[in-house]
Amino acid sequence: MSNIWQRLPTRGKILCLAALVAAIAAPLVADRYLLSVLILVFYFAYLGQAWNLLMGFAGQLSLGHALYLGLGAYTATALWTLFGIGPWIGVFIAIPVAAAAGMIVGWLGWRFAIEGVYFALLTIAFAEFTRIGFDHLQITGASAGLFLSVNSPGSDKWWNLGGGPLLYYYLALILAAAATLLVAWLRRSPLGYRWLAVREDPEAARAAGIDIFRAKMIAILISASMTAVGGVFYGFYYRNLFPSQVFDIGRSIEIIMAPIIGGLGTVFGPLVGAILLTPLGESLTALMQHFGVNTPGAKSIFYGLTLMVIITLQPSGVWPWLARKLGLDRPRA
Amino acid sequence: MTALLSINGISKRFRGLAAVSRVSFDVQQGEIFAVIGPNGAGKTTLFNMIAGAIPPDEGTIAFAGERIEGLRSDQIARLGVGRTFQLVRPFPALTVEDNVIIGALMQTRTVHEAETIARDTLARLDLFDKRAQIASSLTLPDRKRLEVARALATGPKLLLLDEVMAGLRPTETDRIVATLRDLNRDGLTILLIEHVMRAVTALASRILVLHHGAAIAEGNPEQVLRDPAVVESYLGAESL
Repeated sequence: MSNIWQRLPTRGKILCLAALVAAIAAPLVADRYLLSVLILVFYFAYLGQAWNLLMGFAGQLSLGHALYLGLGAYTATALWTLFGIGPWIGVFIAIPVAAAAGMIVGWLGWRFAIEGVYFALLTIAFAEFTRIGFDHLQITGASAGLFLSVNSPGSDKWWNLGGGPLLYYYLALILAAAATLLVAWLRRSPLGYRWLAVREDPEAARAAGIDIFRAKMIAILISASMTAVGGVFYGFYYRNLFPSQVFDIGRSIEIIMAPIIGGLGTVFGPLVGAILLTPLGESLTALMQHFGVNTPGAKSIFYGLTLMVIITLQPSGVWPWLARKLGLDRPRA
Repeated sequence: MTALLSINGISKRFRGLAAVSRVSFDVQQGEIFAVIGPNGAGKTTLFNMIAGAIPPDEGTIAFAGERIEGLRSDQIARLGVGRTFQLVRPFPALTVEDNVIIGALMQTRTVHEAETIARDTLARLDLFDKRAQIASSLTLPDRKRLEVARALATGPKLLLLDEVMAGLRPTETDRIVATLRDLNRDGLTILLIEHVMRAVTALASRILVLHHGAAIAEGNPEQVLRDPAVVESYLGAESL
């Protein structure tokens, strides 16, 4: 870990510390609304890191990460509502559930040489039929949804992952920071190098002695596990779960936006992407209200246009460009 | 002498076309063995079978006394067989050094040690000064050297080189020849497929000639290159 810190140029160290201090101090100045936006920023940064591990590093496109998000959310939430098992314990059950799902998807795909877009289709299929399954699963409320009571005893306590926005803010911040550290460490680990090799050229990776099936399975295992933790957060933050929302392909797409815009396969890309995109969506909403535009879909059009502009200007993401501008790029960033 | 690599009657057919038929030969520990032959003679197919990229239809391949036919290419690599690709396959978006570190991680568990191995290997192949460049930005001769460096960094007992001199200028060829001779002197066994006869005669202690998938001659360079069958089928056509 100390290695990662030493590798940062001085300017990077200062910037990292400043950003961290600002993030920790933000609740002092931020109002409730701004805090809710920041919670989403860190939530998407965290999930972006999880997805980027699989796509950006190991080169495997998943368009069904809602599967792991939903399984994580449903497992922890159901354990609490049905058996009174709190989320801090529930998360350790949610992780293996989502990880197992990831292993099944990975095994089915890669064992039978389903690669690229076909693998992506497989990930969508799994998320979709899990959604349909939960739509009919009576014990978790089926399509009518699963709700966390707000006034049952102890439900507003931190040990039950309940409480005010501050709790969720710091929790999301810790998740995002920890995920970024984890990814930075993995990137410089033997495993990280193997993932890059698999992404760049599977055949050449094999010739370098890499068991590419194993490398990809480890990637999806970690990615799904991390996403499940995000799911637990989702479940206890929103306090209601509908299969049609949490397993929706829209969920999967919103997870992948930040790392794509920020920079695929970079450590800071998901973070930068989330910092750009979430406020963008929010400010568009505010602008629309301000100018009294309420045409359905108008916000989506402007959002889409902005993304197109960013992608056209910086096809490899905002972070690599920003890193150059800030003088943070090193020949081997 | 013990054979490091022992090929016994291997064949491969592609849709009825015999790419390689019942080829047998031994590569001795410490030698440089060359496989030559016209285009389409089955050299690369033979190579891919040894490296595990494709399984042979029949026959056996033994490496250091262990049967390896049917193993996956990564398993064969881990046993100590390094290879290059005829059409070079560097990891394009990574730096030269990261490319070689990935190879070096086969012999060590720590990135730090892999970096040391990678730097030594890069220095050996005259790529040290270009270590921070992105692999896709290299010239063809440099990419070929990178290909060798990555294979070498895995710490192989046997190095399979698939036409690493093709497309190089004579001075560049001589540079690689000198490097390979050095490596061989340090104990590395090399099996090369080559079209550039200048390199073959400079390096090989023994030569196998493939023609239409079959071995038509084997022996030391003087014998083989004077063999009438070889001259007719291969060298004659290349007007040597």
